[in-house]
Amino acid sequence: MFNDFVAPSLYPAAPEIFLLFMACVILLVDLGVKSPRRTLTFVLTQLTLLGCAAITLLTSNTEVVYTFSGMFVDDMMADLLKLLVYGAVMLALFYSREYIQDRQAIPKGEYFVLALLATLGMLVMISANHFLTLYLGLEMMSLSLYAMVALNRESAISTEAAMKYFILGALASGLLLYGMSMIYGATGSLEITEVGERLYTYSVDKSVLVFGIVFLVAGLAFKLGVVPFHMWVPDVYHGAPTSVTLFIAAAPKLAAFAIVMRLLVSGLITQAADWQGMLIVLSVLSMGIGNLVAIAQTNIKRMLAYSAISHMGFMLLGIVTGVVGGDARFALNAYSSAMFYVVTYVLTTLAGFGLIMMLTRAGFESDELDDFKGLNKRSPWFAAMMMFVMLSMAGIPFFVGFFAKFSVLQAVVAAGYYWLAVAAVLFSLVGAFYYLRVVKLMYFDEPKIQEPIEGPLFIKVLVSANGLAVAALGLFPQFLMSLCAYALMRSLT
Amino acid sequence: MLSLSHFLILGAILFAISIVGIFLNRKNLIVLLMAIELMLLSVNMNFVAFSRYMQDPNGQLFVFFILAVAAAEAAVGLAILVLLFRNLKTIHVDDLDSLKG
Amino acid sequence: MEMQKLYLLVALAPLFGAAVAGLLCRVIPRWLGHTVTIAGVAVSFIGSVLVFQDVMAGNTFNGPVYTWMTTGDYSFHVGFLIDSLTATMMLVVTFVSLMVHIYTIGYMHEDPGYNRFFSYISLFTFSMLMLVMSNNFMQLFFGWEAVGLVSYLLIGFWYTRPTAIFANMKAFLVNRVGDFGFILGIGLVLAHFGSLDYATVFAKAPEFANTTINIWGAADWSLMTVVCICLFIGAMGKSAQVPLHVWLPDSMEGPTPISALIHAATMVTAGIFMVSRMSPLFEMSTTALSFVLVIGAITALFMGFLGIIQNDIKRVVAYSTLSQLGYMTVALGASAYSVAVFHLMTHAFFKALLFLGAGSVIIGMHHDQDMRNMGGLRKYMPITWITSLLGSLALIGTPFFAGFYSKDSIIEAVAASHIPGAGFAYFAVLAGVFVTAFYSFRMYFLVFHGEERFGKAHHDEHTGDHDDEEVSHDHHHGLAPGQKPHESPWVVTLPLVLLAIPSVLIGYVAIEPLLYGGYFEGVIHIDKVAHPVMEELAHEFHGPLAMVAHAFRTAPFWLALSGVVVAWFFYMKRPDIPAAIQRRFSGLNAILENKYFFDKINETVFAGGARLLGRGLWRGGDVAVIDGFIVNGSAKVVGWMAAVVRYFQTGYVYHYAFTMIIGLLLLLTLWVRV
Repeated sequence: MFNDFVAPSLYPAAPEIFLLFMACVILLVDLGVKSPRRTLTFVLTQLTLLGCAAITLLTSNTEVVYTFSGMFVDDMMADLLKLLVYGAVMLALFYSREYIQDRQAIPKGEYFVLALLATLGMLVMISANHFLTLYLGLEMMSLSLYAMVALNRESAISTEAAMKYFILGALASGLLLYGMSMIYGATGSLEITEVGERLYTYSVDKSVLVFGIVFLVAGLAFKLGVVPFHMWVPDVYHGAPTSVTLFIAAAPKLAAFAIVMRLLVSGLITQAADWQGMLIVLSVLSMGIGNLVAIAQTNIKRMLAYSAISHMGFMLLGIVTGVVGGDARFALNAYSSAMFYVVTYVLTTLAGFGLIMMLTRAGFESDELDDFKGLNKRSPWFAAMMMFVMLSMAGIPFFVGFFAKFSVLQAVVAAGYYWLAVAAVLFSLVGAFYYLRVVKLMYFDEPKIQEPIEGPLFIKVLVSANGLAVAALGLFPQFLMSLCAYALMRSLT
Repeated sequence: MLSLSHFLILGAILFAISIVGIFLNRKNLIVLLMAIELMLLSVNMNFVAFSRYMQDPNGQLFVFFILAVAAAEAAVGLAILVLLFRNLKTIHVDDLDSLKG
Repeated sequence: MEMQKLYLLVALAPLFGAAVAGLLCRVIPRWLGHTVTIAGVAVSFIGSVLVFQDVMAGNTFNGPVYTWMTTGDYSFHVGFLIDSLTATMMLVVTFVSLMVHIYTIGYMHEDPGYNRFFSYISLFTFSMLMLVMSNNFMQLFFGWEAVGLVSYLLIGFWYTRPTAIFANMKAFLVNRVGDFGFILGIGLVLAHFGSLDYATVFAKAPEFANTTINIWGAADWSLMTVVCICLFIGAMGKSAQVPLHVWLPDSMEGPTPISALIHAATMVTAGIFMVSRMSPLFEMSTTALSFVLVIGAITALFMGFLGIIQNDIKRVVAYSTLSQLGYMTVALGASAYSVAVFHLMTHAFFKALLFLGAGSVIIGMHHDQDMRNMGGLRKYMPITWITSLLGSLALIGTPFFAGFYSKDSIIEAVAASHIPGAGFAYFAVLAGVFVTAFYSFRMYFLVFHGEERFGKAHHDEHTGDHDDEEVSHDHHHGLAPGQKPHESPWVVTLPLVLLAIPSVLIGYVAIEPLLYGGYFEGVIHIDKVAHPVMEELAHEFHGPLAMVAHAFRTAPFWLALSGVVVAWFFYMKRPDIPAAIQRRFSGLNAILENKYFFDKINETVFAGGARLLGRGLWRGGDVAVIDGFIVNGSAKVVGWMAAVVRYFQTGYVYHYAFTMIIGLLLLLTLWVRV
């Protein structure tokens, strides 16, 4: 009986194992670090992420590899998304450094360890091929994020945001799990690819299945932050310390995209007609409400939260249009445009929050729109960077956001959803208003405060590089676009 | 005889109770945490029922993980609750309204 | 492969210069700013010469050089189509641009926005090159918008002047009208041809010869007619044809080098270039060609009249540009595309020369642009004088000068054309010759000959005068009493001399190969059966010298000569006559003074009409509907909805959970079927 016990290959999960090991080591090392800046912890954290990137690159191959009895998958999509997650986390931590330094209440060592553990959760989500791994990754990430939001222990609004995030997040997990249990009941399997195969070969109880899918979609929608499961987004973005907002706004979107792909596309593609319909409703609601309510905001973090809602709604359009009436010819095109959208969105949002954090100082949060008044007079360079970010998010041609929107839209049109494309364009036009308002504030209003922008040179260079990347990718989007398409082509077979 | 659907209906009822508990309760945050626990347990009921019905041990395995995660979740939740009480001097759900709009 | 790199180099070198000078405009010193941009344009010019030689050797190119993005079935290409037409345009653009760059060193040397200005004109050169080198409509459109954008930036360069800002707005709005037609045309092309590549579209065009589309009502229109007229409306905006010409005279608010480069030599000819490029489409619709012909003829004649009464030296040249653009458009309408391009080329040289000469005079006059304050400048500015004389002679079509060959060819082409409207056009271009000669030499005599009127305390004399709106005084110092004008520095006069050479010679050299030597073979397509104009011209052509000899026996020569003589008589011999005429025909004068009331019509009919309508309906008692709903309505509704929806984010966590459950129930009821 025990003769056929084969040790699973740990090779595909090497980055995760390394990350977990290093997170434990850093937690211990941090006990001995006395400097208030926690430079050693910080450096080790960044090195760990670099090491993970190296491992991911070295172990990457073009085949799809399963391990742990099919619970864990390593394919090109996973590799690409993981690399992007490392990049996003590293950037976020670089940007956060000064910010958390200025705030006494935030424990520095724990901040980095929690960030690493959240990253671990994202990696597991990205590679999950089983409801269990997916759930564990999700909780790993979420629990770390709840703690990070509450990390500024003296801030009442941070704590409030953490509590709301926790309650609603737990509710969403419950919905997701309930959906999983229903799909388990309908198909008899917990393994995502196995579920897909069984749905393909056996006939299953349709109503139980769709019942499960609704719950599943609700849980995923919460993670993406789309209407009507979006209520946590503005409060958490607003209440969390800006560095944590930056963290939440960036890398987790990539992981959320991955689980949507795993669950809906790898697992439930046969039921595409059902979940696509649901996603269309969520997507249109998100674009509408996100763009609309953003206009009424005075806090830029809150405004960007609503903007995130609308962007995720837009991204869903790409996932919605993969399969049309059982015809999967457009699938690769549609999914890769959605992936391009989410990747470029993460890049842009990193630059945006990075710039917001450059403006903050000790004891002063620069998160009101009015704080951006006359930025051009204080620092023309960073005003230009912020303008790049805003124009890209608005989808002005020759910034990367335009190509992202365009590629999703052409997928929508190719799938024949003309009204959807028209709605998306209309809502984007509404959205352009509040992005351009920021540009107007920066260039045409008088500054409230005159002091120039301070910060370490390295961070300034990094933020600039990030802002310029938004512009440069607009000029040369082809590489990233074909990379996304190639990774997906290798993964979805 | 009890059939599968009895268990599923029990699970659904528990799930519904927990959800109602989340949005009907406007006083104590601790009740909210309890509702969340109840929700996870209702899912467990589903998993165990399906697992038993299909003679497949995977579902029961899942239940153990959910229990463990629920414990971790409760720990984080209570920690935030303590922090909240320290900052706001209240654990009333109604008082969590400074972030809105 | 190697040529492809050269094409890229030609296009990108000015962009590099623009980026360096623009991004670092506050950091780098002035000499570096102009050196790097001039080097960029010089590289581009040399590259263009090489490309031209390569094209002459028979090598053309058509293909993508860079795929911007491929997504689904669409792809954005940056593609080049290099043939004789493109090569000609490249040479003209880079040469004039190079001259203007050098000239700018002298003209702008006092200006605080020195590097910014160089950055803009290099950026313009890049955009214009992308426009002419494009092999598809998409890139054409982006180039089209880019040159427009830079042009607005430059018109409003002195953004502290309110007139500059107003002119800027006007150029922007008028061009939107043109662009609307243009993008409609492009949209129609995409919808019916399924491609935006020139080659594909032209190849497919014959299939659509008899396609009709229904616009509204019962009338069916030929598809090609609608497409061509839409595209031509775009050209009307950019190339300032009546009635979309109103922005060009006002654009003279920009610095003079810009007027020379953008508003005379290159950008405004983009429309002419575009129609020539689209010749396979235009040839399929005689209706569209007639439309082009008539619009061009109206512009050629009536804009010339306006040149007669202007007192601002730059405005005279501006109206002359309008009139000459009309001539080119007439040639297009007469299916003589090669003649239009030929005139485009000669005009680019001599009109740039005239503008730069006017700029040199302006420098000498310390930024006074009023011709009534000049006179007798010949002695003080000899190089400017002689080059301006050569430019004027070329413009009026003196035999042997460049303008003679191109303009006479246009007149002959119109004479040979028989499409509807050709008779009127022939009259217009013929009369235009006299008008051109008259206003050109009126300007010449007023500026360079006669009594010296500068250096007087003239500023107070005509405050409140009707000309004040034209000559904005805040930037115009004028010469102090007793001060004498002096010749401009060599950076200003060198481009004048270099431009004077082609202004004199290019016609003689180029006419035979360009028009009759099969130079545009395979590039410009002419329906020889329906529009045999070029055939007839070739039949009558016996070499450039014979053409000169023949000219003395034709009407245009004598018309031009009489124009010069009348100008001399009026402004040198008897300056009291024009004043008398002005009094005698005050009604006519008022029409011209007001530029045929185009601005007034725009203001009263369109803007005023809208106002009147609003007031009328307000009197009807529904102020809320008009002002509150139609005008501000959409913005208000959005703002109001935002405020309402925002209210749902109450801050209470149980409301949030409730929303989620509502969403869940919504999905359940919509999708679960038991």
